[in-house]
Amino acid sequence: MSVAPGGDDDADVLIVGAGVVGTAIARTLAGYQLSVALVDAAVDVGTGTSKANTAILHTGFDTEPGSLESQLLRRGSQLLSDYAGLAGIPVERTGALLVAWTPEQEAALPGIAGKARRNGVTDISPRTSAELYQAEPHLGPGARAGLLIPGESIICPWTTTLAYATEAVRAGVRLLLGTRVQDVRPGPEKHEVRTSRGPLRCRWLINAAGLYSDQVDRMLGGSSFTITPRRGELIVFDKLARPLLSAILLPVPTARTKGVLIAPTVYGNVLLGPTAEDVTDRTDTATTAAGLAGLLDAGRRLLPGLAAEEVTASYAGLRAATEHRDYQIRVDEKLRYACAGGIRSTGLSASLGIAEYLAGQLGAAGLKLISRETTGPPVMPYLGQAGVRPYQDPARIAADPEYGRIVCHCERVSRGEIRDALASTLPPADLDGLRRRTRAGNGRCQGFYCAATVSELLAGGAAQ
Amino acid sequence: MKVDVLIAGAGPAGLAAAVELRRAGVGRVLVADREETAGGVPRHCQHTGFGLRDLHRALTGPAYARRYAALAARAGAEIRTGTTVTGWAGDRELTLTSPHGIETVHAAAVLLATGCRERPRPARLIPGSRVPGIMTTGELQQRVYLHRQRLPGRAVIVGAEHVSFSAALTLAHAGAQVAGLVTGYPAQQSYRAFQLGTRLRWHAPVWVNSTISRVAATPGSRLAGVELADSRTGATRFVPCSLLVFTGDWIPDHELARAGGVPLDPGTGGPAVDTALETGTPLVFAAGNLIHPAETADVAALTGRHAARHIAAALATSPAPAGPRVPLAVEPPLRWITPAAVRPPLLPPRGRFLLRCDSFHQADRIEVRQGPRLLASARTGRLIPTRPVHLPGGWVAHVDPAAGPVNIRLS
Repeated sequence: MSVAPGGDDDADVLIVGAGVVGTAIARTLAGYQLSVALVDAAVDVGTGTSKANTAILHTGFDTEPGSLESQLLRRGSQLLSDYAGLAGIPVERTGALLVAWTPEQEAALPGIAGKARRNGVTDISPRTSAELYQAEPHLGPGARAGLLIPGESIICPWTTTLAYATEAVRAGVRLLLGTRVQDVRPGPEKHEVRTSRGPLRCRWLINAAGLYSDQVDRMLGGSSFTITPRRGELIVFDKLARPLLSAILLPVPTARTKGVLIAPTVYGNVLLGPTAEDVTDRTDTATTAAGLAGLLDAGRRLLPGLAAEEVTASYAGLRAATEHRDYQIRVDEKLRYACAGGIRSTGLSASLGIAEYLAGQLGAAGLKLISRETTGPPVMPYLGQAGVRPYQDPARIAADPEYGRIVCHCERVSRGEIRDALASTLPPADLDGLRRRTRAGNGRCQGFYCAATVSELLAGGAAQ
Repeated sequence: MKVDVLIAGAGPAGLAAAVELRRAGVGRVLVADREETAGGVPRHCQHTGFGLRDLHRALTGPAYARRYAALAARAGAEIRTGTTVTGWAGDRELTLTSPHGIETVHAAAVLLATGCRERPRPARLIPGSRVPGIMTTGELQQRVYLHRQRLPGRAVIVGAEHVSFSAALTLAHAGAQVAGLVTGYPAQQSYRAFQLGTRLRWHAPVWVNSTISRVAATPGSRLAGVELADSRTGATRFVPCSLLVFTGDWIPDHELARAGGVPLDPGTGGPAVDTALETGTPLVFAAGNLIHPAETADVAALTGRHAARHIAAALATSPAPAGPRVPLAVEPPLRWITPAAVRPPLLPPRGRFLLRCDSFHQADRIEVRQGPRLLASARTGRLIPTRPVHLPGGWVAHVDPAAGPVNIRLS
């Protein structure tokens, strides 16, 4: 890791927030001759909204035409598709079917198709009821018509953030985890940043603090937006439910939310959600009885076969919603401050677009951007169900038998993969971190068989 | 590789079947188990009482597991641990992954003995925070008995059946204090002595007619406690705890069965087997807690033995022609019966059917009817949810293969 000029606590650019947006910005800026530090209050990257979302790589077909979100989502989605191929991030281009269940929803379809075209998503096409049932025979009764959006894909959100962060750290970005920003004192040459782990100094500060981006903004005198966390509860069904659908099933969106969808996951499960509930507590990721019951109800109507399948997990994520409809991205040249806030629910898909756009804005505002050689995207461990996992790969097992020693049976994670994660550029800090890097403990038994062994491996790896 | 019988799972059912198959003269018997050590769940059950019905002695779980592994090896079965049966390559061809590589095994017959597990918190749809400190009894036992972990703190146990009281003992062994047990039923379902012991030893109550309505977290994202809701009154109470153990509520590990298109019984969730323990797929059999979630290890071993006898018969040079299957159906409050089909005149394991009931009943009679014809009427003891109900199987010989399904209900 590089040491910033002027000492360890000094950087040209300090990025606050190591979620999918912050790490994307870090990896983009790592391509320039700059000293960059990335701080996050949590013990791992991607522990906020970035880890608990619907894991969809959106085309942006339903965004507001002409908005910054529309522009960056389209660009980011293309960039991430390419990046995923290089970095080994699981992506499946399942396409999405937007289904109308009422005459009102059916009447809204042409408008949605028109909006998609204005957003540059031109391959969208209408589907009759019969065509819907032909494509998705398990769909519940009453589907009237729909739209096919072939470009909508599913993606692994965990690997995405980890790949960005790994690339950034390998290119010299200093990653400071467990470091909560408490206050910022702007200065003419350097900003003084007070953190839970001591002071830091930086010339430029970039706010990618997600749910806390309004608080960081206020530390720099901003007052243009307030985050109201929007809680989304989600249910993950057993892999045995996966044959029930092939595409992402979307509802007709309302002004407030995209609504409850059903999607396959790249791990081979089925995801149902999210709910949309405004909360005040920025840490309140608890699920609720009403939320889960409502989702199950919706799931039974959309895909009746789900009722007979087991639930593997339920969780809630918080989206950084603001009073504005669009992203809150701006660069203050005088203050040497950039804000990438209010990235409500499309941060994953737009992340590389946001990073590219922000770098351009920073360059225009006077940050010297001189390119330098980097090693490019890392090759991440493959967590997807569609490709070949280590336990399925005779050559890999022959070369290293530890890939044939399955530890997590539900997800078929080998001891070799756990060992690799513990020795990686960004080793996990806890079981959840190991889960996001390997899938270990992520399956239907939720630890009945392997949790004791896996936690021993984690403790052993941490001790080394 | 070609074998006569491939057994998936080296728990009590799989190992007992391996011993019996070799005794019956079956040539090549391969037992694959994904764990590093053979023996199944008893490996991490420290209490005694294992082996009463099958080995006619009382052993601790680990001793029982070791004994069966040794018996199977001595009988000439090949046991491969650290070997996962990952899927099907054909009718009775299965794919195995181990540190030695990937191999396809062609078997003349297959025995599925993959056991069962406890439903974890998410599968029970318990709302609230996602925090550490929440586990099943299976995980608890492995942490405490295989990995010698200490678990100081205050524990709430979800469930009040046999395994729940066993979890209480394990928790005490690990240094935890038991705050209480929670059950949705109107009474605990284990022996009175267990409940009395728990109450005297830890002053731990059993909260009946109660469910967990919320899991609460501390500001530091640790487990703070659980909110219990009384299903009759809706009243809630908060119980602080730092450990939460989900016990019982068993679900068969049927993934391999489903992956092979083996038809399931909607009652047990395991493969639908007949009285020979053959599934709907010819020459694929199932035994143990996969078909009766969950019975004690010795009962699982005995169903394994039963399946082995019928597998050996089926593989004999001139097998007796198999009679047609006649399905059995239970009426609520009976939840399931296993085997859930008869193949007259073959008797079920131990000559009896196993059933579960969803509610408490005083001694009652079970009626077996085929159409209007009463085949049997048997007295039951007190019916207790989560506990086995036994139905003697002598009536199987009187089932008319052409007269449709057999109905079983409380009279």
